[in-house]
Amino acid sequence: MPSTAQYLMLSATLFAIGLVGVVVRRNMITVLMCIELMLNAVNINLIAFSYRLADLQGQVFTIFVITVAAGEAAVGLAIIIQLYRLRSTVNVDEVKTLHG
Amino acid sequence: MDALTNNAPLLVFMIIGTIAVAASFLVVLMRNPVHSALFLLLTFLCVAVLFVIKSAEFVAAVQVLVYAGGIMVLFLFVVMLINYRHLPEEPVMSKYWLGGIAVGAAIFLLFFTIVRTGAYHDQAPNPEKKLSTVKETYLAEHPNDPNKLVRRTREKTNRNSEAVGMALYRDYLVPFEVVSLFLLVAMIGAIVIGKRELSAMEEETAPDYMIERVETEKEVKESMSA
Repeated sequence: MPSTAQYLMLSATLFAIGLVGVVVRRNMITVLMCIELMLNAVNINLIAFSYRLADLQGQVFTIFVITVAAGEAAVGLAIIIQLYRLRSTVNVDEVKTLHG
Repeated sequence: MDALTNNAPLLVFMIIGTIAVAASFLVVLMRNPVHSALFLLLTFLCVAVLFVIKSAEFVAAVQVLVYAGGIMVLFLFVVMLINYRHLPEEPVMSKYWLGGIAVGAAIFLLFFTIVRTGAYHDQAPNPEKKLSTVKETYLAEHPNDPNKLVRRTREKTNRNSEAVGMALYRDYLVPFEVVSLFLLVAMIGAIVIGKRELSAMEEETAPDYMIERVETEKEVKESMSA
């Protein structure tokens, strides 16, 4: 059975990759995908500790995180569609009206 | 190597974990968002397998249904709807790519140090049993009086979905309801934000049914605000 530490390592790797993607990519849709990746890394942590502590709390929280991720994806994608209609771009660095 | 062949879950973890990390790398590296989305799908499926190893079967099923089924369809739908293409000479990475990689490496190092020094070995005795056992009450015949029934409880094993359901609807009922409300709010928000209003130029070329629909929407709005 893989130990909790191995799961935490894997989750840290996925989280770091997702974080790099959020900062590095220009395409807004890919940025949203990388956020989903980071949320998934958190879910791995919750499941690993749920097993380690023999407590269902972690699994219940994972379900809540998945729900929040679904809502976040829906609203984020709606914002991206609307932005594309207004600006004809999905690049993060070209949307800087608030920048002045 | 013997340790790996004798320990099937560890072997599965190694293989699936490698695939998950490679696929998530490709999510970041792919030029085309459709390819990114498909590799993200592969990552989600691998993570679902990892959930099964840690005896979270119900959450794995939810992961496949909601992430691989729902969210990925939403992503692919939006990618194909706005049909945005990078020109070949256009950079995919932002100009802060070096800083981004540095931040990612720093976070990874931080987590790595924390995990390495912590003592996270599996110590809980029989966690599978606790995670997938539910108590059930049933009626049995009274030992002395055949006309009477007595209430007894017994444990049912291998019932992870049932155990999670019990926890969700008994201990976490209020958070569960709040989350359902949150989903409703998110749905309404997505519809309101994503709705389009026709511009003056579009109104000249738009087909009749579209203009009719916009007029109806305006009337409804006015009647609601009046």
